Amino acid sequence: MPSKRSLLTGAHFMNGDVACAEGAIAAGCRFFAGYPITPATEIAEHLSQRMPEFGGIYIQMEDEIASMAAVLGASYAGLKAMTATSGPGFSLMQENIGLAVMTETPCVIVDIMRGGPSTGQPTLPGQQDVMQARWGSHGDYATVALAPSSVQEMFDLTLEAFNLAETYRVPAMLLGDEIVAHMYEKLVIPPPDKLRIVNRKRPNVPREEYMPFKPDEDLVPPMACFGEGYHFHATGLTHDERGYPQTSSSEAQQKLVTRLCNKIRKNEDKIIRVEETMLDDADVAVVAYGIVARSALSAVRKAREKGIKAGLLRLITLWPFPEKRVAQLAEQTKAIVVPEMNCGQMVLEVERKAKETPVAFLSKLGEEPHTPLEILEEIRRNS
Amino acid sequence: MVEQVTHPLSKYLRADMMPHIWCPGCGNGIVLNCFVHALDELKTDLDKLVVVSGIGCIGRTAGYTNTDSFHTTHGRAIAFATGVKLASPELEVVIVSGDGDLFAIGGNHFIHAARRNIGVKVICANNFNYGMTGGQLGPTTPLESLTTTSPYGNIEHPFNLVHLAAAAGAIYVARWTTLHVRRLTQSMKKMMQKEGFCFIEVISPCPEIFGRYNKMRTGLEMMEWFKKASVVESFSDPAKAEITKEKIVVGEFVDTQKLSYEKLFHEKIAQINERSIQ
Repeated sequence: MPSKRSLLTGAHFMNGDVACAEGAIAAGCRFFAGYPITPATEIAEHLSQRMPEFGGIYIQMEDEIASMAAVLGASYAGLKAMTATSGPGFSLMQENIGLAVMTETPCVIVDIMRGGPSTGQPTLPGQQDVMQARWGSHGDYATVALAPSSVQEMFDLTLEAFNLAETYRVPAMLLGDEIVAHMYEKLVIPPPDKLRIVNRKRPNVPREEYMPFKPDEDLVPPMACFGEGYHFHATGLTHDERGYPQTSSSEAQQKLVTRLCNKIRKNEDKIIRVEETMLDDADVAVVAYGIVARSALSAVRKAREKGIKAGLLRLITLWPFPEKRVAQLAEQTKAIVVPEMNCGQMVLEVERKAKETPVAFLSKLGEEPHTPLEILEEIRRNS
Repeated sequence: MVEQVTHPLSKYLRADMMPHIWCPGCGNGIVLNCFVHALDELKTDLDKLVVVSGIGCIGRTAGYTNTDSFHTTHGRAIAFATGVKLASPELEVVIVSGDGDLFAIGGNHFIHAARRNIGVKVICANNFNYGMTGGQLGPTTPLESLTTTSPYGNIEHPFNLVHLAAAAGAIYVARWTTLHVRRLTQSMKKMMQKEGFCFIEVISPCPEIFGRYNKMRTGLEMMEWFKKASVVESFSDPAKAEITKEKIVVGEFVDTQKLSYEKLFHEKIAQINERSIQ
């Protein structure tokens, strides 16, 4: 349970970046490594001030590659650890996100999405990194990504990302955008007894019997940390349950990589969270996430006022993708509308599950998300 | 019954990971041997030691040492180790990696860790080329040397690693060859007892690959070169510590002290907490 000083229980008026930082602190994060980048810098600035107040560690590394590597090191040394960045830094982190997947290192990566590709539009929002969050590092893997729509969720979902990272021993990602990061809203931080905080599973076998990558039934291995006398080895190479390299065994590759994917896939019902509004009798469903979902909610309400049966499926979990729910919706509705601040990313997942049901995609790039009227117009066209 | 005799240093190694991957005549075994001798002489608590390596032949060292160990992505050993040391300052964190890993792909992490004076210890086996991928040109390949990617002779000026480490702020800097086993072991012991960023370069033979291309086909021939060319010039100017066919300057170049990053950081935390209590 966090100490009083580390948990600022009460009502606040703050921006999303600061709420994210406080969410990390509430989750028990005690290590932050990062590199300055708009629009995520405020997270680092806030943590550089807050962390030392209760013995937490803040370090500014030489780049995002190093930041991610240091986060892994701290996690293996036993601390809950996080970094925060935006698109260009997220690209650099992909290498060690892969290492985190392979070595099953619990950690959180916050990506405050801005306009890309490349340097793009640093101070403007985007939703262009959602596929990168899923597929950005090489090789096959599955991981977790959450999309906050409000300052409150910047806090709540950062905490949730830590819980998922610790539960499944994965790098968990929080995909915010420039708007939720920079806007000021009311944030309520609950008292300590109202917070659900998960810590990684610890080994319960004698030291000499410990196998660092031998999973339990939930496919997740218990985790020892450096300095506890287990003398274990971890590597980015394909390895067996002892953690020893197996570079020429097809069997080892099949077994390990399948498990790394399955520990998310087979637990997806426990992981996935969506918010449903007026979907029960909907003819048209809007599927949206992040800041865009707020315009979409307004659009759906306006559609109802005009007699159109519209509803909203807000994705809180982007990865794993709630494909079962989307498939059900496709059976029920005449059309699905997907507004995104990119050129069409999550819409591909929706289309994959929609089968015969038409899917209308609405792209918007630049300074502002879709207006409710723009989404309403698309709902009307498809009703 | 023949009594089973185990090597007195076997407790430092993961016997079940043997045989190792290194070629005949390779110097990596000597580096590992000196390292475990140093651990043994210092009676190092193996529970509190973490060995971190990057990618390359010597990168397998992490796997061979019987401690907590981590084999990172290429070039990132120092950045990973920074996280470990800062999160757990009571742990002794040693990085054993190669010249390409530490100074090409990982060069940025090296200079910044030295600048910050984070208390990790770096042992670099410098074999003048990328051995694991078959012998390509690297950041320490001497001028005019032949490698698989400098087939007409290397035209890139190599790094002088001890000069680089000293300039970047390391508090202990030494260079030996794998011929200098006693001095190398002593240096490792000294380094392990210091607080701050320390660096030892070990010139290591790669006869199967680098040697083969450069008229030194056996480990013995390479060791003869080290023997003939090495000159101990301790505490001489590291800028002038050359490595040529004729002369390899070895010795200790820097041995100083300043507060480590983790010590300063934790002192700051203590100050802040004291202030808020008052």
